[in-house]
Amino acid sequence: MKTENQRAWFFVLPVLLLVAFNALVPIMTVVNYSVQETFGNNVFFWQGLDWFEQILTSDRFHAALGRQFLFTFLILIIEIPLGIIVALSMPRKGFWVPVCLVLMALPMLIPWNVVGSMWNIFTLPKIGLLGYFMNDVLGVNYDMTQQPLSAWITIVVMDVWHWTSLVVLLSYAGLVSIPDAYYQAAKIDGASPWKVFRYIQLPKMKTVLTIAILLRFMDSFNIYTEPFVLTGGGPGNSTTLLSIDLVKIALGQFDLGPAAAMSLIYFAITLLVSWLFYTLMTKDDAK
Amino acid sequence: MRKRSIIPILYIAFLMLPIYWLVAMSFKTTGEILSGFSLFPQTFTLDNYRVIFTDPTWYWGYINSIIYVSLNTVISVCVALPAAYAFSRYRFLGDKQLFFWLLTNRMAPAAVFALPFFQLYSSIGLFDTHLAVALAHCLFNIPLAVLILEGFMGGVPKELDETAYVDGYSFPRFFVTIFIPNIKAGVGVAAFFCFMFSWVELLLAKTLTAVEAKPIAATMTRTASSAGYELGLLAAAGTLTIIPGAIVIYFVRNYIAKGFALGRV
Repeated sequence: MKTENQRAWFFVLPVLLLVAFNALVPIMTVVNYSVQETFGNNVFFWQGLDWFEQILTSDRFHAALGRQFLFTFLILIIEIPLGIIVALSMPRKGFWVPVCLVLMALPMLIPWNVVGSMWNIFTLPKIGLLGYFMNDVLGVNYDMTQQPLSAWITIVVMDVWHWTSLVVLLSYAGLVSIPDAYYQAAKIDGASPWKVFRYIQLPKMKTVLTIAILLRFMDSFNIYTEPFVLTGGGPGNSTTLLSIDLVKIALGQFDLGPAAAMSLIYFAITLLVSWLFYTLMTKDDAK
Repeated sequence: MRKRSIIPILYIAFLMLPIYWLVAMSFKTTGEILSGFSLFPQTFTLDNYRVIFTDPTWYWGYINSIIYVSLNTVISVCVALPAAYAFSRYRFLGDKQLFFWLLTNRMAPAAVFALPFFQLYSSIGLFDTHLAVALAHCLFNIPLAVLILEGFMGGVPKELDETAYVDGYSFPRFFVTIFIPNIKAGVGVAAFFCFMFSWVELLLAKTLTAVEAKPIAATMTRTASSAGYELGLLAAAGTLTIIPGAIVIYFVRNYIAKGFALGRV
């Protein structure tokens, strides 16, 4: 049992100061920009909520938001089941377990821009392994610098490659924590593999899957570096996800007001959806 | 059992293919890369690596990255240790809210922070220093370290603390000589994940540096866009960035899931 002790605040104070410095000052800067207009020289004019209205009604924002939700939806619908399937078929003990774990974790430890460069080299027509295989062996016309569909498939496959292992590792951690007695009991009852999965394995994986879904949602919704390096948001605007669009507005056009308003809306959506996921998935536990 | 193992094998093969291609490309000459497709390097060359190890703009990129990543790891773990202890042992006013607020920092899109970070660190005169990147990465690494360490500390029975006090240990002495050695696996895992997440992040590192502290990742993107098609060089640089993770991951293999799940498994 934890004891009540207000002096514990002294222990968390350094963390609080460092994180607050990094989180609160920039967020307040953003809030500040979002309600003002500037023509340079550090002269600002009160703008009220105009920027928010402008962003919320702009077609460009709607299009980027739509692409972002589509991307995140595809990521979750592919990575979560695939991760569970791989975790279920992994060996539980023996020599191969650490080998599998290390090899599977490897993509997650590669710098994000290197992931983008790597997939660029991998998918180039004529030069890359995948590009060559698609175009010259299968005869499919595949070129992500020209076709939006190819670009989309590539960024989704790249993310599946990059992050499915997270779901695998978490599900696996849930699976190995199930005592053998559960399986023996299921065997005596003559339960089918599906029943074992549905009534023993899935409930035991619930906590880890909640974490996996939340993390995959947040990270895929905030993704920037990998698709930026790979496609730069193109061809056209077809793979311009929210972060890429935001950086274009903020650093490319230097429209600070609209960029700040968009940042806050973006952050609010991420928080809101994360909270929704969390409440929905932990609803049964509360009862 | 046999039939089932086909799925992990296929999955791992899928993971290894792009990595293999990157490594294979790094041993090819630019001429060979552009002249056409070859599954293995035809004229095996180490020239790409030679360029990286002899050109200061390249190898300083690695040194810069390693400096700010190490700095960040030390800061994050040191401040996270007492905080994690407080969360794991005590109830105090606003503890739950504080914990949740720490978590929300992981949800903030890095793109949102890029510009304000640039202004903040410019205004305090830290722009283009290793310290700036190290401090900026604290935004997501300190919460990560706190959560991982708190997860490990939960496994240490409270009786240990009480026995130490009965034996007359002062708190700092107990914490350093008894408690930390008890959770050294946790400290190692937290340090590994701080190192990793600081190593893989690029957007903030690139925004906060220009010349002096430019990370290797930024050197790579600039090469990719300016020098045209030096794919072999790019591949060699990429291959070298994979190596630190590949070496260290073996030591934390049993805790990978716990680390990626922010200590919540």
